[in-house]
Amino acid sequence: MIWINQIVQGVLLGGYYALIACGLSFMFGVMRIINLAHGDLAVLAAYLVWAIVDHSGMSPFLALALVLPLMGALGWLIQRLMLERSLRSGMLVPLLTTFGLAIVIQNLLFVQFGADSRSLAPAIGDLAFDSWSIGGQIYISHLAGLTFLVALLMLGGLQLLLTRTPLGRSIRAIAEDPDTAELVGINSRAVYAAAAAIAVMTVAVGGTFLGMRATFAPYAGPAQLIFAFEAVVIGGLGSMWGTLIGGIVLGVAQNVGAQIAPNGFLIAGHVVFLGVLGARLASGNTRRRIRALLGRAA
Amino acid sequence: MSLLKVENLDVRHGQLQAVRGISFEVREGETLALVGANGAGKTTLLRAVAGAHQPSGGRVLLEGVDVTAVPAYRRVALGIALVPEGRRLFAGMTVEENLQVASANGRPGPWNIERVLDAFPMLRARFKAKAGNLSGGEQQATAIGRALVTNPKVLLLDEVSLGLAPIAIDLVYQCLETLIASGATVVLVEQDLGRVLRVATRVACLLEGRVVLEGAAAQMTREQITAAYFGLNRGAGRQSA
Repeated sequence: MIWINQIVQGVLLGGYYALIACGLSFMFGVMRIINLAHGDLAVLAAYLVWAIVDHSGMSPFLALALVLPLMGALGWLIQRLMLERSLRSGMLVPLLTTFGLAIVIQNLLFVQFGADSRSLAPAIGDLAFDSWSIGGQIYISHLAGLTFLVALLMLGGLQLLLTRTPLGRSIRAIAEDPDTAELVGINSRAVYAAAAAIAVMTVAVGGTFLGMRATFAPYAGPAQLIFAFEAVVIGGLGSMWGTLIGGIVLGVAQNVGAQIAPNGFLIAGHVVFLGVLGARLASGNTRRRIRALLGRAA
Repeated sequence: MSLLKVENLDVRHGQLQAVRGISFEVREGETLALVGANGAGKTTLLRAVAGAHQPSGGRVLLEGVDVTAVPAYRRVALGIALVPEGRRLFAGMTVEENLQVASANGRPGPWNIERVLDAFPMLRARFKAKAGNLSGGEQQATAIGRALVTNPKVLLLDEVSLGLAPIAIDLVYQCLETLIASGATVVLVEQDLGRVLRVATRVACLLEGRVVLEGAAAQMTREQITAAYFGLNRGAGRQSA
């Protein structure tokens, strides 16, 4: 029963990882940028929500509604002022740019809020610790359940956006072939900026849930980036539902690892990540070799 | 007045000058065919007219308005559509989505998705199929349809027969001939001289980035074009047929 409980808790934790990772996956899928400031943007959003809650006493969910447009505008600005320029210089420059952005965000947060850890848990009352019993010593925390549900809704929403709306089709066209997208009338600059705004808004949702389920501090971003990155790589870069699967695999691996050994939580997650990455690289190499052999035979 | 006018256009790929001072005009309802060997500058010229390459000199005018500095996506809204070499469909999107994405950004006009399906009936059965899974002929029909749903004033077609089976080329050209007969204005890059002389109103032959022969298709012979194509009249300057 302990093992089943660990798997259930791992699946729920995977919902959180999917929530925090979907913006990273979305941004890579569209712009081919690995945003190293992703975790720090999540922490920034958590701080913004915390500041509003602290000053006004309003619910974090209402505060999130105020923060979302701000984060969307920030994403738009980051794309227009930084990423757009750095993308012209190849793949490495955007990586360095977002790395620099991460450092700037961390230090600005440190200057503004100090090194103390904060949490949004006190502001959500019973939601922070209530749970449902599903029998046999297995409990589902209300917050974990809500997080999983929000992850499903957000990934489903992004999937619908990409497949059912003109903006989504433009985003997919640009992701496939930006030059040809311009030749069918798509303004790639505007669409990239809209996609960055959407990605950073999803990060804000992830950051708020981070603040509700744990504590956060100015330098907490890189840890979130690692989990998000692992979930995205396991699930397949750029795939929305793959991100959910990746998050669940990571969460289950971590919880099972923690059950095996006290320090197995992080190690198990990293091992699964490296295993999937190695398998993908190996299968890619094998495919290339087969193609080369077939080419030679032809 | 000409619908499309290109004046002294120069286009560079880094150090290489691919197009050297090319000028031509296309009147409404005309089909201008650009012929020439590989590397003559035909594709670069079409892409510069569509806005995909920024010229280093010269002008592109649409209905007398200078569009040289207008970005490619806005030229589509103004009425210039390119069917690129190699089709360049969005392979992960369906035929329907390829047409929808272009239709959303074009001009209002008679062409819509339903009319494209009437013009290319082969696409009806493949409407929900991913573009990457289509045959070459179906892909080319989708690429032409994708340009048509933007309701262009000028349709630029770059080697529509390239890499297609003969039967697929026949199908695509049947549709093109119907389109041209309906009064469309077309600039066509093509290697097949037989087809060029059948569908074009005028022909311009390019050699090393310059127009070396230009004239009415009806007054040109295959031999004249072939000689210009291979540069056999080198030194004679630009000839008119």
